[in-house]
Amino acid sequence: MSKNGPLALAFNALVISFMLAPLLIVCIVAFTPANTLTIPTTEFSLRWFRAVFAHPDFVTSFWNSLWLAISSATIATLIAIPAGLAITRFDFAGRDALNALFLSPLIIPHLVLGVAMLRMFSLIGATGSFQWLVLAHVVVITPYVLRLVVAASVGADRSCEQAALSLGASHGTVFRRVTLPMILPGVTGGWLLAFINSFDEVTMSIFVTSPATVTLPVRMYMYATESIDPLMAAASALMVGFTAAVMVLLDRLYGLDKILVGEK
Amino acid sequence: MKLGRHSTPWALSAPAWLLFACLLLVPLGLTAVLSFNVFDHSTGVKNEFTLAHYLAVLSDEYYYGIFWRTFWISGVTTLICLAIGAPEAYVLSRMGNPWRSIFLLVVLAPLLVSVVVRAFGWSMLLGPQGLVNLALQAVGLGPVRILYTEWAVVIALVHVMLPFMVIPVWTSLQKLDAAVENAALSLSASQFTTLRRIVLPQVLPGILSGSLIVFGLSASAFAIPGLLGGRRLKMVATVVYDEYLHELNWPLGAALALILLVANLLVMLSYNRVLEGRYKKSLG
Repeated sequence: MSKNGPLALAFNALVISFMLAPLLIVCIVAFTPANTLTIPTTEFSLRWFRAVFAHPDFVTSFWNSLWLAISSATIATLIAIPAGLAITRFDFAGRDALNALFLSPLIIPHLVLGVAMLRMFSLIGATGSFQWLVLAHVVVITPYVLRLVVAASVGADRSCEQAALSLGASHGTVFRRVTLPMILPGVTGGWLLAFINSFDEVTMSIFVTSPATVTLPVRMYMYATESIDPLMAAASALMVGFTAAVMVLLDRLYGLDKILVGEK
Repeated sequence: MKLGRHSTPWALSAPAWLLFACLLLVPLGLTAVLSFNVFDHSTGVKNEFTLAHYLAVLSDEYYYGIFWRTFWISGVTTLICLAIGAPEAYVLSRMGNPWRSIFLLVVLAPLLVSVVVRAFGWSMLLGPQGLVNLALQAVGLGPVRILYTEWAVVIALVHVMLPFMVIPVWTSLQKLDAAVENAALSLSASQFTTLRRIVLPQVLPGILSGSLIVFGLSASAFAIPGLLGGRRLKMVATVVYDEYLHELNWPLGAALALILLVANLLVMLSYNRVLEGRYKKSLG
């Protein structure tokens, strides 16, 4: 493999700084002691972090987002496991159509999903309901879990299952003792990926949340359109930290490169 | 292949397809119906059929302007992502570990950070007192108004979309056989000729699919133009939001959203066709 020249390395340095710049600035400004968005030079303060935790709207929204992400990721995983096995283990008419349906939220703009959910929720009187918000999120994040479950299920050695079956294990036992342990890395990776995607989702949620169910990204979006102060920077820095923690977990459990670049 | 009863796979996937039918197909259908409903500013949505909303969108210069702006902003974003993302993927692929994995992660990881946070970061960098303006002033070029212009939207969109360009190009670079490149070099082709005649043709599918996905996602972006375009500078997604939450003209908003959906599906399905033609993905 040939080496990169100095020009290529300089280009790489520029791209890396471009990618990191907005995240770094957010984390630095969050520590400002001033009342405006200034870069702290001599003094660092945690006052804006305290302000976030003292802000009831932000705290409520954080818990909303957390419960929403945990419940929708869990439901998405529970429905994606059997669906993924059905798609990979059976050959049936309509398999491709079913697969396309399950992956379609990836190519439908979230704005359109938001508009569609709002119409349906207003017709059945479900606007502002947390349960329906969870289900809307499940639809959006199921494709992420499904892809990892499908990849894990294709990669799993089928002969182990056949051996268990031929030794008289029931289908339930085979699933619990053989199949599930084999696809578990895909399942946990899928759950975390679904969790972070639900936690970050803003475009669809902005249409279907009510004041009581506003999620953290929606709250931050609303806040940023009205006023810009270091409170927003501190909240953003906390989001970056939270995402980084999930990323580390994802890396340990599944491999971040595999999730970001693809199966192989 | 385990052969169960014909109904087993349908039963296994029943929770998923029931949910998708009720919360994806039905809402989209209802929205399509809504876009053909009559809207009256005093009484709201009426159950009568009309094409007025589509005709309004197709005949009003205001909407032409919005669609045109969305189109060129997405186009410019795609070109910049191409000019940065493809060479970056190539440079990364020629690095040795551990730098290769570290830099790849730095380029791709922002994907998982909320787009609101990234937009806010750019609004700080590009603002009148932001770092970019301070740097421009230091070299005697400022102050320049960037925030709340099209260029702020383009810069932030490039930041959000770059990973979607790097991923497919990186994937096709991984499939490259280094021996072919070395053969060309040993047959005394120049570095540039090797790049143009050997590497480029093989990563072209990756570049093409990256471009289509970046274009599609940029055209439907919401939070970036919402936070960096200000109140005045609208793109299709922010106009739909206004129609829904400020004008309360849902049928018109639905018509706009569906036009966006159809345009997006056309772009994305051609992306799928490119992808399928190149690497046949088996589902086992």
